[in-house]
Amino acid sequence: MDKLTTVEGKAYPFGMKNVDTDIIIPSHWLKTISRNGMGRGAFEVLRKEPGNVFDDPAYAGSPILIAGDNFGCGSSREHAAWALGDLGIRVVIAPSFSDIFSSNAFKNGILTVVLPQQAIDRLMEVAQTDQIHVDLEQQTVTTQFQDRFSFEIDPFRKHCLLGGLDEIGLTLGDADGIGVYEAKVAQDRPWMIPAVA
Amino acid sequence: MVKLRTLYEKIWDAHVVERRPDGTCLIYIDRHLVHEVTSPQAFEGLRLAGRKVRRPDLTLAVPDHNLPTTPRRDADGHRIPIADPESAQQLAALERNAPEFGVRLIGDADVEQGIVHVVGPEQGFTLPGTTLVCGDSHTSSHGALGALAFGIGTSEVEHVLATQTLLLKQSKTMEVVVEGKLGFGVTPKDVALAICGHIGTAGGTGYVMEYRGSVFRDMSIEGRLTVANMSIEAGARSGLFAPDDTTFAYLKGRPMAPKGADWDAAVAWWRTLVTDEGAQFDKTVVIDAADIVPTVTWGTSPEDVIAVTGVVPDPASFEDASKRAAAQKSLDYMGLTAGQKLADVPIEHVFIGSCTNSRIEDLRAAAALLDGRHIASGIKHAMVVPGSGLVKRQAEAEGLDRIFTDAGFEWREPGCSACLGMNPDKVPAGERCASTSNRNFMGRQGPGARTHLVSPAMAAAAAITGRLTDVRELLKKEEGMA
Repeated sequence: MDKLTTVEGKAYPFGMKNVDTDIIIPSHWLKTISRNGMGRGAFEVLRKEPGNVFDDPAYAGSPILIAGDNFGCGSSREHAAWALGDLGIRVVIAPSFSDIFSSNAFKNGILTVVLPQQAIDRLMEVAQTDQIHVDLEQQTVTTQFQDRFSFEIDPFRKHCLLGGLDEIGLTLGDADGIGVYEAKVAQDRPWMIPAVA
Repeated sequence: MVKLRTLYEKIWDAHVVERRPDGTCLIYIDRHLVHEVTSPQAFEGLRLAGRKVRRPDLTLAVPDHNLPTTPRRDADGHRIPIADPESAQQLAALERNAPEFGVRLIGDADVEQGIVHVVGPEQGFTLPGTTLVCGDSHTSSHGALGALAFGIGTSEVEHVLATQTLLLKQSKTMEVVVEGKLGFGVTPKDVALAICGHIGTAGGTGYVMEYRGSVFRDMSIEGRLTVANMSIEAGARSGLFAPDDTTFAYLKGRPMAPKGADWDAAVAWWRTLVTDEGAQFDKTVVIDAADIVPTVTWGTSPEDVIAVTGVVPDPASFEDASKRAAAQKSLDYMGLTAGQKLADVPIEHVFIGSCTNSRIEDLRAAAALLDGRHIASGIKHAMVVPGSGLVKRQAEAEGLDRIFTDAGFEWREPGCSACLGMNPDKVPAGERCASTSNRNFMGRQGPGARTHLVSPAMAAAAAITGRLTDVRELLKKEEGMA
């Protein structure tokens, strides 16, 4: 996972609510066995609409996406996070996210920032013309107009993002604990292991 | 004093490997279902890091999402090649990865093959009080049996394969209480849709639901699976039913369920898995069973539900400006106008299937209505896709396949099919489908496809009349005839 400390740049002023992961990446893009190249399918349906923000040259290559409530609802497909990452997006800012999407995003080095709707409205306005600055260490989103919004983040997620850490490696470091648990269950509830069909 | 706990908290506590100071827990995963779409990159990750699957015995692989639902073997038993090279490649990857990592694979031509969320319960792989995950959001289905079951992304699939654990924060708890008796013609799918409408698609975010009340206690396992399946459509990653005698009767004798003395020990433990009287939920939602009617969706979100006797809502009637805009966008996409009667909306496609409604009871409900009837002339395509090979075999033993084919339906091989438009089963752009699946998102059943979510009986009713139909009208006629 790539480290994430600060992200500065243009932001897509997207703002749509209830964006499901079928919208972020339609299912026919899920037939791959690779994690790469999915940016081309990102927001495919919306990109057919003239004037959409994703094809507006003013926002091309923006590392930040500003969205509405309940971003990433629906299907658990991690391809949604891969598609955003492939577009070059490192931060999504919205009033709320689905649980699964936000977990998937984090595991791919994408920061999900929850801010109140009022802050989103302001950032949507700024994004029309100017850059936005996200600082993970400070947990702030700022603009050159003295806007300063603080956000909360799970300390473990912050630690992993700042260090670009491999979560599987971290957990395997705890393999003794897992083995102890398994031994206890084997004793207390031996029937938990599936019968061989 | 012993702390009073909800069912969720009991299962959670029984699976904590390690509790971190910030409250994050390393949670043991008892069951892992793997399918062909969300696993290739996870196995590849293991391979690149030189890691193995920690507990292949707790892992079960079943292809389902993009398998064609047309026959898979010719008369000589040879595989009929999958036309789409990318689908074929994903299936091949699973067929390579499972044996390489020692994971049992139920293959595309095995009679046990089907949608993972149908196969798990059917095989007794899903058990009460287990933690069960799968790289698919409808994993919530398995909560019907009292398993703490939830969908995960591919990185988490890799994490579970390698460590048999996940790092999680405990969710909040929500009880969804439906008391009373369901009315004439009202099915578990209508209950699920009513809950989505009541809570909204984000209402359950951050929560694990527990379904409580007489309606759920009286419900069959098939019905519970339908309700738990759609927990995610109300935002909840997981939805639980306390295991009871109905659960135990369903599981007893299933191939992978405990046997003999193990069975008795298991049931004794399962009986403790109930929310303690007086335990507190973070949120309570109460719905009166009498208020639930045969329901359809009118928009492009599962919360866009309305009684089939109702009219398409006017976007102007929504208070929130963004909801007004979203409703208008939905109506434009769906080709509907405000005030239009739902029961006048013509249908061109009917899909009975998906992890929501492809089990034997679903097929029986649809067949009961279709027996002796035929699909309307305006229906271009109607199909039934059983949830598994075993459901298919059972239905054929009961003669349901003949009822469907005589009525003008196609009778297919098991898989996810037209629920998500990953395999050749799609609804053409601009055409309208009465579907027993779970999502009416834009483009879900194919680019431009228009989806109305309904129960199996309502799908059958729409097929017969060629328009969205109140199933009670047809049921009444039947009763009158009897």
